[in-house]
Amino acid sequence: MADALIAVALFVLAAIALGLFAVLRSRVAIERMMAVQLLGTGGAATLLLLGAATSQPALADVALLLVLLSAFSCAAFTLGEREAADDPAEPGQPS
Amino acid sequence: MSLVFDVALAAGLIALALHVVTTRDGKGAIIAFIGFGLLLGLGWARLASVDVALTEAAIGGGLTGMLLLRAQAHIAGRGVRPAQAARPQWRLAAVGCGIVTLGLGFVVLAFPSPAPSLAREVASSLDATGLGNPVTAALLAFRAIDTLLEKIVIILALIGVWSLASDPNWGGSSHLRPASVPEPLVFLARMLPPFGVVIAVYQVWVGADLPGGTFQAGTILAAMWLLVMLAGLRPAPETRAAGLRLLLAAGPALFILIGFLGFLFAGGFLSYPEAIAKPLIVAIEVALTLSVAATLGLLVAGPPDKAPTP
Amino acid sequence: MISLADGFTLAFVSAGALLFLAGTLGLLRFPDTLSRLHALSKADNLGLGLIVVGLLPQAETIAGGVKLICIWLLAQLSAATASQLIAGIAARRKPDA
Repeated sequence: MADALIAVALFVLAAIALGLFAVLRSRVAIERMMAVQLLGTGGAATLLLLGAATSQPALADVALLLVLLSAFSCAAFTLGEREAADDPAEPGQPS
Repeated sequence: MSLVFDVALAAGLIALALHVVTTRDGKGAIIAFIGFGLLLGLGWARLASVDVALTEAAIGGGLTGMLLLRAQAHIAGRGVRPAQAARPQWRLAAVGCGIVTLGLGFVVLAFPSPAPSLAREVASSLDATGLGNPVTAALLAFRAIDTLLEKIVIILALIGVWSLASDPNWGGSSHLRPASVPEPLVFLARMLPPFGVVIAVYQVWVGADLPGGTFQAGTILAAMWLLVMLAGLRPAPETRAAGLRLLLAAGPALFILIGFLGFLFAGGFLSYPEAIAKPLIVAIEVALTLSVAATLGLLVAGPPDKAPTP
Repeated sequence: MISLADGFTLAFVSAGALLFLAGTLGLLRFPDTLSRLHALSKADNLGLGLIVVGLLPQAETIAGGVKLICIWLLAQLSAATASQLIAGIAARRKPDA
């Protein structure tokens, strides 16, 4: 059982790694922020699986923090992007 | 199977680190670095250091990223293109890092088979502190002096950051809220902090017996406070405000006070009388969490750039 | 013979992992930013949800199980807002290659 869960965790890790590869190389700047979102969700999933596999319930706390802080990082980053995008006077668009 | 996982994780970490170092785009590098912090949290968890994993996820995945982003925005705003490091310097740095890595690897692999550690002593003395988490016991009881000095060091760092303000702005507040705030951000700033506060309180409380602790909790609180200030729901405080400065000093001050009382009641600086060891430690933890939260939040908010209102 | 709880766990956890793969495939193959955002927030979050459901029988305490569900709810909140924020910026940009 533990081995099976670790195998699934490895699969999820590989999926995230592939996704990271795709997203970090993108030419669109804002897509790179999706890397943080990806790692937050995927990392949390991997940690939950590992926690169940190794009987360490404390890993769920790390997963909780990953999710919380990836939300914070996304918010902090997108504000910076907006300020950069606002500088060349763009015609106001209805939000 | 766990070996395969660990090798894959290590490879992923190295690949991401290489990407951070070699990418040309400043913002892309910062984002990859935030991602690296989150992934490294996973790595620490695999090394059975869950307390460190929590701290890495909080600081590397949250606060450091925002700090770097704000710094990069400042630099970009000045319109000065940073000079690319000359090639020989690059290669020198790479070789230097490689040597350090190999050296560390060699040293770690050369440890005698039960590696020298104080874990057994800590485990046997745990009962005297009333705590169940050996990391917290080491931080707040056995090596309390290190923790105390560390908290003072981050306040010194904050004073350093404040000193970057221009003279008329000293004592003022930083400018965090951008000109236009998107609605989803305001929503997030309203919904997330209650969860953050609950999680932080939980971290402080559970840190006594299970992985957790004051630094992680303080970081979460700082991140939530920054989010609220970013969305403009609360203004950034003026750094000369007496209440704010009291909050910053309260943690270390209480710690020092209890340290000196240790002379009277337990025979040494920062010794706790065994009967009330745990309540004392919890009191110190609460005060430290609030101080750390305020200090880290202000560190990331940066030097004041608005003059104080007269 | 594998117990019912373990079988349940393996089934749901595998489905969740497959959804993560689907999300990554979407990130690789979808044509523009907004659709890739869909792949990221919908597929990955559903994958996390299925993994959480699958791990519930393995939780050692009820509090542990509740914590798992809270993690997923927080992930939902985080993904929803993050994708709105990212989409807001992507929509204002001129369409990129």
